[in-house]
Amino acid sequence: MQTIYILWLRQLKRYFRSRSRIIGSLGQPALFLVALGFGFGPIFQKAGGGNYIDFLAPGVIAQGILFTAIFSGIELIWDRQFGFLKETLVAPVSRFEIMLGRTLGGATIATMQGIIVFVLTLIIGFRPNLLYLPLALLVMFLIALLFTALGTAIASMLEDFQGFQLIMNFLVMPLFFLSGALFPLNTAPQFLKTISSLDPLTYGVDGLRAALLTTSQFGIVTDITVLGILTLIVLSVGGYLFSKIQI
Amino acid sequence: MHPNQSKEIFLQVSNLTKTFNDFTAVKGISFTVNKGEIFAFLGPNGAGKSTTIKMLTTLLSPTAGEMIINGFNPVNQQDEVRKSFGIVFQDPSLDEELTAYENMEFHGALYKVKQPLRKRRIEELLTIVDLWDRRDHLVKTFSGGMRRRLEIARGLLHHPKIFFLDEPTIGLDPQTRNQIWSYIEDLNKKEGITVFFTTHYMEEAERVAQRIAIIDHGEMIAQGTADELKKQTKTETLEDAFLSLTGRAIREEEASASEHMRMRRQMFRGRSR
Repeated sequence: MQTIYILWLRQLKRYFRSRSRIIGSLGQPALFLVALGFGFGPIFQKAGGGNYIDFLAPGVIAQGILFTAIFSGIELIWDRQFGFLKETLVAPVSRFEIMLGRTLGGATIATMQGIIVFVLTLIIGFRPNLLYLPLALLVMFLIALLFTALGTAIASMLEDFQGFQLIMNFLVMPLFFLSGALFPLNTAPQFLKTISSLDPLTYGVDGLRAALLTTSQFGIVTDITVLGILTLIVLSVGGYLFSKIQI
Repeated sequence: MHPNQSKEIFLQVSNLTKTFNDFTAVKGISFTVNKGEIFAFLGPNGAGKSTTIKMLTTLLSPTAGEMIINGFNPVNQQDEVRKSFGIVFQDPSLDEELTAYENMEFHGALYKVKQPLRKRRIEELLTIVDLWDRRDHLVKTFSGGMRRRLEIARGLLHHPKIFFLDEPTIGLDPQTRNQIWSYIEDLNKKEGITVFFTTHYMEEAERVAQRIAIIDHGEMIAQGTADELKKQTKTETLEDAFLSLTGRAIREEEASASEHMRMRRQMFRGRSR
């Protein structure tokens, strides 16, 4: 427990010390909200979709969490390159505890980032139903945990940042754009619906809409179950890959 | 030398081998380190020193051979071995975004050093390495010498019985090197800690180490005290002894380089024909 706690604490300390990172990672969600929210809003409304800011906000919150989470996981490569990873690997603790502590730390940061984006959406004009806020926070944490674990699992296999661009373009971006964060799935063509239903973030975005807007495609129970099971799988795979790291 | 030192074996390595794909980095080396001894492990770059240290410290698993540290096997008694040693790695391993104190605290938590012992020990060690006044500064503001001192303090926090130092003084000025060795010699005398180190500075090894092992191309080529090695090679200094022992290998490398040249020339001729 102490191992998990100290690794969690380390991630948080590093986060709070890099203010530029906190502010920097708000740029993208803000851009999506302003440019897409206000730009597409009138058309969306005319087409009978309702308030686009309300529709978009959960998607942008999920995006903020996704990016922060993947980055926190990938940060493991820094630790490997700057040598700090060795310090943890020669300590008399299990590798799974190290991996879990790191991942929980990253997931906490990503959840906080999601809350900051949430506040931002409220400022811009998002008017959610706050009755199920705890449920929304749970979904946010599950998204954060799943993707931090995914980032850690990927970083366990990489030695340097060579593959980073690849991950951004072929994993993070598709995860976001295909998740239904920006467009409604029920009116999308069938092939897109099928692809989206394979994207884990889809269930995150849908879960957030369910909790904050009480409108949902799959239902909150399905969303949380899918996210929960995937998180357990990715954590196990990540734990295994992490235990195989040789320096 | 410590005349009253017991000759109890603390670390034993026999026929240790490590192969990466088709390259053998360590070829069946054997040696022992006595309890309380300062032992230097020398060799040119790429000789297999770091690979050996990684195997001893549970970071790499050996291809063949046996290791025993403090009565435990690094392959299947990892945690017992990990509790027994402290290490200063060849390259930096501090968290630069944390303060000196936080780096110590982190280590204490990982090694489960209980409070209030942890707090007392951190203060004691940071004072020894002259960093107590800088304890709340971020490591990224520290010089190379300060970082090394902090790594030494950190490696000793959990009272290890053996201290591995992989080129601890590389890139440091003579003043800092001198200071670091006096800390380590002091600890060796006061706490009876066994020290296992590598270095490229032969005068350091000659001055500090009680026994020396020299490896090259993954093979053990000589072992003994500095005097024994000098006598064996009929040389005046350890540096000359080292060069006379490992010099042969350099000539071999030259030969293989000229072999490459020859091959390239043949290829060139073949093409122009």
